Amino acid sequence: MKGNTLPIRTPEGIVFSQTLAGPVMRFFAWLIDSLAVMALMSVIAGALRAFEPVSPGMVNAVLTIAFFVLNLGYSIFLEWIWRGQTVGKKLLGLRVVDAEGMRLQFDQVVTRNLLRLVDLLPIAYLVGGLSCWLSPKCQRLGDIAANTIVIRIPVVTEPDLDQLLTGKFNSLRQYAHLAARLRQRVTPAEAGIALQALVRRDEFDAVARLELFEQLASYFQKKVPFPEDAIDGVSSEQYIRNVVDVVYRTTAKA
Amino acid sequence: MIIDLQRFIHTERPVWNELESVLNRLEADPNLKLSLEEAQRFHELYERATASLAKLTTFSSEPATRQYLENLVARAYGEVHETREKRRKLQPLLWLRQTLPRTFRRQIQAFYLALAITLAGCAFGTVATLVDPDSRHVTMPFGHDRLKPSQRVAEEEKRTKDRLTGNRTFFSSQLMTHNTQVSIFTLALGTTWGIGTILILFSNGISLGAIATDYVTDGQARFLLGWLLPHGVIEIPAILVAGQAGFVLARGLIGWGDRTTLSGRLRAISGDLVTLSIGFALMLVWAGFVESFLSQYHEPVVPYEAKIAFGVLELIALILYLGRSGRT
Repeated sequence: MKGNTLPIRTPEGIVFSQTLAGPVMRFFAWLIDSLAVMALMSVIAGALRAFEPVSPGMVNAVLTIAFFVLNLGYSIFLEWIWRGQTVGKKLLGLRVVDAEGMRLQFDQVVTRNLLRLVDLLPIAYLVGGLSCWLSPKCQRLGDIAANTIVIRIPVVTEPDLDQLLTGKFNSLRQYAHLAARLRQRVTPAEAGIALQALVRRDEFDAVARLELFEQLASYFQKKVPFPEDAIDGVSSEQYIRNVVDVVYRTTAKA
Repeated sequence: MIIDLQRFIHTERPVWNELESVLNRLEADPNLKLSLEEAQRFHELYERATASLAKLTTFSSEPATRQYLENLVARAYGEVHETREKRRKLQPLLWLRQTLPRTFRRQIQAFYLALAITLAGCAFGTVATLVDPDSRHVTMPFGHDRLKPSQRVAEEEKRTKDRLTGNRTFFSSQLMTHNTQVSIFTLALGTTWGIGTILILFSNGISLGAIATDYVTDGQARFLLGWLLPHGVIEIPAILVAGQAGFVLARGLIGWGDRTTLSGRLRAISGDLVTLSIGFALMLVWAGFVESFLSQYHEPVVPYEAKIAFGVLELIALILYLGRSGRT
């Protein structure tokens, strides 16, 4: 099964990953864009109809060309000036980027949009959707030819440890050598789970929350056992707060 | 070892913010050029951000911060490591004088292939019409199969009223958009390793060969040349250029005899694809005007010799332009 991230290794040896947008999200973005094009067309048609009594042939000609240019140029224009985004992609948090992480070029934007004609076949992006589903980088044919991918832009929120770690006395810090061992043994993924459990504590119902923190506390106690007096009278949830405090802060908070 | 996330973020945040503001400037203006000092600072900021990301990747950390940094490094990476030249400001005259004809000549092999396939189609259409006249119902488009050429010529030359009055511009716009769409499709079918492009060019050739044979055998060669040459000498090469672009794309995808990676090959041809696409679109706009405003008028309104001469002049101009323009 293919993953939904694309790791890119820089010459500096750093690996960063792009979260690939799936075919369904992209389809919805296309639907929004189609509605935007239709709305624009209605506005142009409405404005031009006023001139119909003067020259109906000319009005029809302008409408034909406007529809063609708008249909083809809408994505090219917006993806170029908005760095890989259209109205639909902006709303759904998607962006077209170079498949190797380089700067998106105008030629790539034009190529992927010209080749949309094949991806649209036979109806409703069947060829493009199939190609997207089968391709390891979730690329439609236009993306393959233009060497582009569509990614999801992550929503970034600031971590706020002060709010999470209520500032209560941390009994684990009394045993500095054990606290250091805990910091050493806990993996980033385990630390992340403990932190996320605290961040999302209000999303669980009472019983589930109790069960979750009991399981986590038992897991971390096994990882580095602390003496009885350090954990005596400390609830499982407070124990996890203490663990997160030790793991994420190397110095005790005054 | 686990880092102190808060202190780490507090120390590094100003660097990330500065990098983000430079990136915002670069992304807002594709023509922006950094001074040497700015470029050096930008590179330093990028290296600091990548170092921060390396630390966060190795040690425990808040995933949101890591995501934020990954996003920042991803944006900066594209700007720092991009080696392709930034697109200069649009220079239409320079593009017409040099870029298009040079690109056409650089990819001439693909054009010859498109021409050969179309000619093969023409030959097939000719033979089919000669051997089996009934095949016209399959080989000819647009209702050409319903009338004998001599009947059509008689009707056209008898016509006293202009059937396009008031609709010439509309007809012209329909021709332009339809032909451009077909040509883009011909190019886009290059993604089928060129098979779709071959089929479209061959079928176009069949129609062309069948119609031409039909008119010539019916003694209407003069009418045929007068009708087809003014717009056809631009329209047919435009479709061949679309086929040429389709084959360039197919060659990039297949990579026959080329050791560079798929993405490297596609990166190398993307500029040529766009240039050829704009080229055939412009040719079809011209052909649409000519077809609507000249080709549809026959004797006695416009003498055939004048139309043929116009077509020949256009063809010579096109050959000279594509063959000679932009040579140093």
